[in-house]
Amino acid sequence: MNIIVCVKQTPDTAATLAVVDGKASWGNAPLVLNPWDEYAVEQALVTKEAEGGQVTALCLGPETAEEALKQALAMGCDEAVLIQDPAFESADSLVASRVLAAAIKKLESVDLAFFGKAAVDTDLGVTGPQVARRLGWPSLNLVAAISELDATAKTITVERLLEEGRQVVSGPLPAVVSVVKEINEPRYPSFMGIRKASKAEIPRWSAADIGLDGEIHPALTWPEILVPEKGGDEVEFIEGGDPAEIAGKLADRLIEEKVI
Amino acid sequence: MDFGLTAEHEMAQKMVRDFAQKEVAPSIREWDQKQEMAPEILPRMAELGILGICLPVRYGGQGMDFISLGLACEELEAVDSTLRVIMSVHVGLSALTLLQWGTDAQKEQFLIPLAKGEKIGCGAFTEPGMGSDVANIQTTAKKDGSDYVLNGEKMWISLASKADYALLTARTDFEPERPSDALSSFVIDLKSKGVTTGDIKGKLGVRAGSTGWISLQDVRVPSDSLVGEEGEGFKITMSGFDSGRYTVAAGATGLIRACLEASVAYANERKAFGRSIADHQLVQAKIAQMAQDYEIGKLLYFKAGWQKNAGERNTFETSMAKQFATNASFNAASEAIAVHGGYGYSDEYPVERYLRNSRGAMIYEGTNEIHSLIQAGYALGTRKDRPLRLEMPGYDANFWQSEQS
Repeated sequence: MNIIVCVKQTPDTAATLAVVDGKASWGNAPLVLNPWDEYAVEQALVTKEAEGGQVTALCLGPETAEEALKQALAMGCDEAVLIQDPAFESADSLVASRVLAAAIKKLESVDLAFFGKAAVDTDLGVTGPQVARRLGWPSLNLVAAISELDATAKTITVERLLEEGRQVVSGPLPAVVSVVKEINEPRYPSFMGIRKASKAEIPRWSAADIGLDGEIHPALTWPEILVPEKGGDEVEFIEGGDPAEIAGKLADRLIEEKVI
Repeated sequence: MDFGLTAEHEMAQKMVRDFAQKEVAPSIREWDQKQEMAPEILPRMAELGILGICLPVRYGGQGMDFISLGLACEELEAVDSTLRVIMSVHVGLSALTLLQWGTDAQKEQFLIPLAKGEKIGCGAFTEPGMGSDVANIQTTAKKDGSDYVLNGEKMWISLASKADYALLTARTDFEPERPSDALSSFVIDLKSKGVTTGDIKGKLGVRAGSTGWISLQDVRVPSDSLVGEEGEGFKITMSGFDSGRYTVAAGATGLIRACLEASVAYANERKAFGRSIADHQLVQAKIAQMAQDYEIGKLLYFKAGWQKNAGERNTFETSMAKQFATNASFNAASEAIAVHGGYGYSDEYPVERYLRNSRGAMIYEGTNEIHSLIQAGYALGTRKDRPLRLEMPGYDANFWQSEQS
């Protein structure tokens, strides 16, 4: 199987967002492979181990994003490509999905493209479905299990994790699958993988390389970012002789404050 | 001069950190209270290759360098000292000693399973009646035909009850010209007839680890168990300490970092006199000292690791790194308790465990008093490194990473 996993480099989850000169800034937070994408990489590797084939990690991002791809290689991906072009600098998900779809087309005969359910920085969760739409492939998102994969018949059956329960969905290959953390436990990179990844020469693809040399503009822009003012929080203790009295007083206070 | 880590170092560091933080940190307090080692620790460290991190691929290792070994030790001890102790005895005292001094046959038989983590190694030097006075080892190894017969007691041996093999120093010459000529090194299978082992309970710290004793009663081992030549035991033991002490230094540096991180988090959270205690200058002074000590600890072990990679003798530098970082980790843990106030004195927070764990490393792998003497010897010119018959090889990526032997 020819498997793709699309990854993003994001700030570490411990990072906090600040506004600096009207722009969102993660400060000097360490940059990592998007934690949700680790599950996608793991699923791509598990699928390859079961079905054979190869896994290519694709990333749209700046030069530093090479580190995220190296992490994916160290975990066991066979190839990696960094898509990098000044034209993509302020990419929103519509641009990202256009770029990734074009790169997947360039790779040819792809059977499966895995995504994490979202990136921890923007938390949009739409890039995977948008790529599927652009490629005309089924979009299987929020996948918690792949229950059946038939490489010969080119079909896939997955369990989607919904608030109400699990939904079983089948579709033809090729398909885009975005995964949730319930699907697996990502492996740590092996030392051998680390050594291989650290020596890897990761190819760069420009806009022209993937046939996107026209005007590319994001639909989403951030003209102004404001930090919400902190409210003057106050704590009030409701006291009383017994629970019923306390509950009564609490209800009165909530009505008074027009909360209920 | 380049202080930077390579991508390889950073990825190895992150991998070991993720393992320790995700798999050990959540339950370490309970294991420390139980005074037992979590059973999955050794198999998991073996599976992940951590137990063979800096050993050549041709001997079953992972082919990383000595800086990677230091980084791994720092990450492990930032979670609990017992994890780093495993590295000190398994990698430092046993596997690296065999890499330096072992014959091809010994490497095949003992080093490969150790590097793969299929077998666990420990170092058996200390005895009930001697520690620093290595030349006064009482355990005997007497030649009997083509075998040696070992008798004696070893004490305070990390992983004594968990290990399969021990690098052991014993007396073979009973009328030596010089006391240090009396000793020889052996690699022995702890399943051999006449060997019994046990754990020591009631230790101040490293309670989630295994520290014990080894008793040898007429233990017969073949003559090819001898590591190096007869009479080379003192030199072999000391060169093993150059490896072991490096892991202790790097680990203690991780412990300083753990104290610093816990103190910063608590200082930002706790309020006193109407403001965060991080705004109080005396708390800041403690935190500044920890930050400085962490930096010095790192620089010292990086330098020693860099020398090891270059194949340079590093007894002096490793001694300084070990003594500095272990003393500083004890101080950092004590000050971290001060920052935490009453909570620091309870096991609700990890800093009391850091203090208890830090104390042992000031005693083992050369007491810090012995380290002062070593360093004074170098500074005064009374101690000099003499060439060894077999030096520890420097890190050569091609040799370390190729499969061919």
